[in-house]
Amino acid sequence: MNARAIRRGVPGSERIVDALIYAVLIVTSIVTLYPFLNVLAISLNDSTDSVRGGITIFPRQFTLENYKAIFTYDTLATGFKISLLRTLVGSLLGLISASMIAYTLARRDFQGRKFVSTYLAITMYVTAGLIPFYILIKDLNMMNTFAVYVLPGIVSAFNVFVVRSFMDGIPYEVQESAKIDGANDFTIYWRIILPMTKPALATIGLFLAVGQWNAWFDTYLYNGSSEHLTTLQYELVKVLQSTTNNSGDYRTQNMTQVMSTVSPDSVKMAITIFVSVPILLVYPFLQRYFVKGLTLGSVKG
Amino acid sequence: MKAMPDHQPAAQPLAAPGKGGALRRAFRNRYLYLMSLPFVAWAFVFTYLPLWGWLMAFQKYNPKLAVWERDWVGFDNFRMLFQDETFYLVMRNTLAMSVMSLIAGFTIPIVFALLLNEVKNMAFKKTAQTISYLPHFVSWAVVAGIVSKMLSTDNGAVNDFLMWTGLLNEPVQWLAKGEYFWGIVTLSDVWKETGWNAIIYLAAMAGVAPELYEAAKVDGASRLRQMWHITLPGIRPTIIILMILSIGNLINIGFEKQFLLGNNLVVDYSKVLDLYALEYGIKINRISFATAINMFNSVVAVLLLFTANGLFKRFTKESVF
Repeated sequence: MNARAIRRGVPGSERIVDALIYAVLIVTSIVTLYPFLNVLAISLNDSTDSVRGGITIFPRQFTLENYKAIFTYDTLATGFKISLLRTLVGSLLGLISASMIAYTLARRDFQGRKFVSTYLAITMYVTAGLIPFYILIKDLNMMNTFAVYVLPGIVSAFNVFVVRSFMDGIPYEVQESAKIDGANDFTIYWRIILPMTKPALATIGLFLAVGQWNAWFDTYLYNGSSEHLTTLQYELVKVLQSTTNNSGDYRTQNMTQVMSTVSPDSVKMAITIFVSVPILLVYPFLQRYFVKGLTLGSVKG
Repeated sequence: MKAMPDHQPAAQPLAAPGKGGALRRAFRNRYLYLMSLPFVAWAFVFTYLPLWGWLMAFQKYNPKLAVWERDWVGFDNFRMLFQDETFYLVMRNTLAMSVMSLIAGFTIPIVFALLLNEVKNMAFKKTAQTISYLPHFVSWAVVAGIVSKMLSTDNGAVNDFLMWTGLLNEPVQWLAKGEYFWGIVTLSDVWKETGWNAIIYLAAMAGVAPELYEAAKVDGASRLRQMWHITLPGIRPTIIILMILSIGNLINIGFEKQFLLGNNLVVDYSKVLDLYALEYGIKINRISFATAINMFNSVVAVLLLFTANGLFKRFTKESVF
């Protein structure tokens, strides 16, 4: 049955349904995209002109001044470095841990398999909470260190289960033949299984990288007083909160100086874009992986 | 669901089983142990050890003393918690926002997935889907910045739009009015996560047997009827599993949105359990009391999860574990 034949057969009401579906999806896409484009346009528009309002998705008086202004702000450069570093280190450590644990769980002859998977599953549902964790970090002397960004999150049960589901799909005979050839379990993992697991690794790699890049609360809680350990997201939070409201513990003197040269709104928009761009450049290319990975992790079987 | 794992068919051991005792087998598994035990220990430190910290809720916390040297106060902290008026305000806010996001965060992605699933033009479908994920990848800090810009009284898109349509005569300070706060948080969440949450439903829909649709067409079922009678029942297991997990997370709504979008003017509507704990724990250093808040939160969450799991298991035969 070809599509045209079906279409010719359908009554007008079906075509109205079709039109409605397209209309709703187009409106949804606009609502999703417009705020980003609006913010981008304002960030590229002359800041005194922006105050007049009426900017939609195109800058009216194009300028790069707002970006130049934020780049004079030292802390932003530090923030970029730290954010990049924690993203790289944190994702790498997370990938190693998830793939190794997943490999042992996918090995049906591993004695500890049942224990380890239950042990990890429990961590998905039971969490101690913010304050006990804060005290732990304090007791471990991890306040004001870079380590606090990357070490606590190394083992993620969710990521382990995503990779493990993927590995379960690799024929077991592959390993058995390697075993007969005398390879040890680590070699099998490293040389044979890992290369075959690339799609799953791409998925959790993206999850890890996004999580690391977007984190700001750990900086606020543990490293708020260490200027050299500040992250981009935290700088954004500081700037956003500086004119709006509450908690007086933000160190904003620096940024206030910058804001006196261009309007605060333009600075905020420029930083918002600057902070989002790296992730937004990456995700469309990893789409086929994460769609698959998300499905593997949660609805398998 | 892969959450509580483990029920593969009969194990096919790599090495011949049964030969030698447990120790021999353990030795054969030595690399596997080396590859998993360090991480087990790691998880112990960062997820199980804080649970041990719950003891602080029953003590008078003093950082200078070891756990066994501190004074025990029994349930005093919990008694204080249940007598604190703020606690009930905080619970109201937490539950209101979580129920709102449970309802919206549940139905909207399903509807979105249903609509997307009906689109036959692949290029359009792919574009719409790619756009829909976009906000998922930016941080709540970025979203908070965007939301407050959109809602702002000077040239915010929402006010501009509503005034252009004539629904408003003058701009509203959305973020300064407590009564709008829950709605703003819920809608921001919907804006950020709808596309992402729809992924799982779309994947489940792709698994519905095409013959069912063919048969329905022959019977003359309209598209809407097909959605209702074939697609939705087809993804029922997925919906139930995600429903159970969401109910388990009802009380764990996080605090980022509330922290970033809230301000002093709306604090009576924005303060949720975690922020309440944060305020007592970090700002005024009442660690034991704050731990009691966190512990209450986690225990209720686990109870909710088991209750939801049990109920759904009994009535729908679907469950997480």
